[in-house]
Amino acid sequence: MNWIGRSLPRLEDPTLLRGHGHYVADLAQDAAHIRFVRSPVARGRILGIEAPEGVTVYTAADLSDVGQIRPVLERPDYVAVGQPVLPSDRVCFAGQAVAFVVADEAAAAEDLAEQIFLDIEPEEPVVDLDAALRPDAVPTHPEAPGNVLVEGRMRTSGLDAAFAGAAAVVELDLRSRRQSAMPMETRGGVARYDQRDRRTTLHASVQMPHMLRTGLADLLGCPEADLRVIAPDVGGGFGQKMSLFPEYVALVWLARHLKRDVAWIEDRRENFLASAHSRDQAFTVRGAFDAQGRLLGLEADLRSNVGAFSCYPVTCGVEPLMAFAELPGPYKVLEYGARSRGVTTNTCTMAPYRGVARPMLTLTMERLMEDAARRLGLDPIEIRRRNLIDSFPHRSPTGLVYDAGSYIAAMEAAVAAVDLPAFRRRQAEALTQGRYLGLGISVFSERTGYGTPAYAARGMAIVPGYEQVDCALDPSGHLELRIGASPHGQGLATALAQLVADELGVVPSQVRVISGDTDRTPYGWGTFASRSMVIAGGASKLASAKVAAKLRAVAACLMEATEAEIDLEGGLARVRGTNRSTPIREIARAAHHRSHLFSDLEGGLRQTAFYDPFGTFSNACHVAEVEVDVDTGGVRIERFLVVEDAGRLINPMIVDGQIHGGVAQGIANALYEEMIYDPDGNLLTASLADYLPPTINEIPKIEIIHMETISDATLTGAKGVGEGGTIGAPAAIVNAIVDALAPFGVAINETPATPERIRAAIRSARENRHE
Amino acid sequence: MNDRLAITLNVNGQSYPVTVEPRKSLADALREDCGLTGTHLGCEHGVCGACTVIVDGRPVRSCLMFAVQAEGLAVCTVEGLAEGEALHPLQRHFWEQHGLQCGFCTPGFLMLAAGAFEADPTIDEAEMIDVLSSNLCRCTGYQNIAKAVSLALQDMRAGV
Repeated sequence: MNWIGRSLPRLEDPTLLRGHGHYVADLAQDAAHIRFVRSPVARGRILGIEAPEGVTVYTAADLSDVGQIRPVLERPDYVAVGQPVLPSDRVCFAGQAVAFVVADEAAAAEDLAEQIFLDIEPEEPVVDLDAALRPDAVPTHPEAPGNVLVEGRMRTSGLDAAFAGAAAVVELDLRSRRQSAMPMETRGGVARYDQRDRRTTLHASVQMPHMLRTGLADLLGCPEADLRVIAPDVGGGFGQKMSLFPEYVALVWLARHLKRDVAWIEDRRENFLASAHSRDQAFTVRGAFDAQGRLLGLEADLRSNVGAFSCYPVTCGVEPLMAFAELPGPYKVLEYGARSRGVTTNTCTMAPYRGVARPMLTLTMERLMEDAARRLGLDPIEIRRRNLIDSFPHRSPTGLVYDAGSYIAAMEAAVAAVDLPAFRRRQAEALTQGRYLGLGISVFSERTGYGTPAYAARGMAIVPGYEQVDCALDPSGHLELRIGASPHGQGLATALAQLVADELGVVPSQVRVISGDTDRTPYGWGTFASRSMVIAGGASKLASAKVAAKLRAVAACLMEATEAEIDLEGGLARVRGTNRSTPIREIARAAHHRSHLFSDLEGGLRQTAFYDPFGTFSNACHVAEVEVDVDTGGVRIERFLVVEDAGRLINPMIVDGQIHGGVAQGIANALYEEMIYDPDGNLLTASLADYLPPTINEIPKIEIIHMETISDATLTGAKGVGEGGTIGAPAAIVNAIVDALAPFGVAINETPATPERIRAAIRSARENRHE
Repeated sequence: MNDRLAITLNVNGQSYPVTVEPRKSLADALREDCGLTGTHLGCEHGVCGACTVIVDGRPVRSCLMFAVQAEGLAVCTVEGLAEGEALHPLQRHFWEQHGLQCGFCTPGFLMLAAGAFEADPTIDEAEMIDVLSSNLCRCTGYQNIAKAVSLALQDMRAGV
């Protein structure tokens, strides 16, 4: 039976559908609750913290033994700044936790918090990205006088010559506004102190439980063994739940201090104010093209607003350095020069959000191709055809090695599927009725499943990347797969069960996947960066193959055959070419209880494997058809098509689900969602009435065509697929809007392309025409 | 504010005598006092709909209703949707169509669709999709939620 490739309904679902899931707030019922008192200003000096008599307020003074969150990049262009769990002297963004109170119930803790007065003398904050780079800007941190916390620079030797010899130089200024990953479940934790062994168990809504335990132990100055971190059911993360946040440190400190169970469940407002933001980026780029449209050289100034602090463990380098390394995307860029800066401001800290920098760099490259095609009088598909990478392995100017993909073929398939000539006819006809239709495409690469080499290249002091899996067949013939990855909605338990079921000839329902518990799983990195199927999948395949080998050895001995003759299938070990077979459960029992009969059973039916791949590139082409209402600036997406190549599909239904969700977040990025600060650093979008995630009415039907390039860069043939939808959709939609507004000659260089921005662009185009 | 009131909540056909502050939301009472944690809180200001339950035959955002207002009314939560081992058609189709990923918004969507059907058994597919636009999901892009609800609507109409 082949389980790989089947759209098996998920093993995770019945529990969740019945309301029996355990999210962290569900585990907080009998705990005391803490409530943080947060800074009402973006920047200021703390003069005092006042509490009414009888109210205990915890402040920095109580946490004097606790270290600062201080992630490190080992590169000379990085300035490490420390983030205190609670600040003692100054606040750096509106919403920063300054103190906390505790009460038996959450509502009572909120009442107490309202009685705490933070005496903070406000100072002029630095909020805007480019304002923070002005020579007279006030430093957010004294360690970084120019507000630059990290800077990547490179320039290939032939760049100047490329520009000197160009037939056309295309320049673009692009702006991506700030967003929130906004998982449906906010952050939260329940810390339980156990008197018996003096250990503290933290249940927390996180993506990297092992890393969180390491960070907590380091900051609290205790052995990791004193702590256990469990990620129970997690209501979405999208990168926001990777980081070590001060609130978790305070929570565990308090549980150890009071020796009691305490919980922190943040509300939506706190999540918007103080969890993490992303995508606040400005890119200025120049592309040098020859007359045939070949991209000879690319020069870029990339700025990312990384907020007040550096997120742990990935650091504030995550957006700027990914932009720096991956800007060329799927294109052959011969000469490259880039400067990429991470800029600190008095705003919420930047952390990864699904796609990290690549939605913006894809928008950049796809707008560049469109503009170059217009300038040179070329077909926009043809110019991409001439520039897309087409031989593998391909080495980018920044040293990335692309494994086999289908960059051109995916684009051709997408263009054929949408029937471009027919669309152009519809578009022309609509225009005669005063309706503006547009079609936009976006071709991109998605670097996925990368192990330690990629993170080490970034200079990270803590180098994530590998995964370990522990695979055990118990005496009843059931499997336990203990993984270091930590899924939170991706369906990884089902996909891994399918994978190992094929290795061992059992059914997926016999495979129990255990994740997210530092006591029960091997050290691993968690689920992020489109990595789990590739890396935890690869390690699962290796570990289960080792168990299969042991099973074959025992079966061969029991049935007097050779190991090479044993096939594991349908719950049986069969001797090939005979009718002899033994149920796997009997072999499992014999291996456990009759082990004296077998030699070489070292490790028994419990085997561990480690996998640390170099990485692989998925690729895709997105096509959006839109109609723009030029009177209101409203955009309606009429059609959305994805041609995706993520290698082998383990569970096609789950893959499609990842694409759907990713595209929806990409549409949100393109048209709707924006975190807005006022000039004083107050967040104006701290509720779901102001920050606008799309509903079912804004998301069109998403059509998907799969291609399957099987690369040898991964053990399973599967590439990562978690982020692609989010990466490609904004560029396709913005290109479609620009196409629709071609009669006005309008450029859209900012996301989200809100009605206000589209109207402003149309107005300015009309004014220019009248001048 | 701390004067608690003794009330009885009728949830999924069971009586729950509880003592709550008048300001306590129905969602908090269901979760904390009845132990029914399948009702989730995503925003606590009435936008995301994760906390949707059915009150007297209509879908209600339980974060915007006080527990004391629910006294004497019939409340149904996600825990009451299945009949024993048999999943409700909505649950079955959400499972088969991959209508959930992280599962946090799922109880709200299930109760919203079930409540909309209960309130108007003649509701058509387009009206149902419009009703679904009152809740937020961050994982699925709504594609498979729409599919699952359409299929379940057919089954519910047919009484399957």
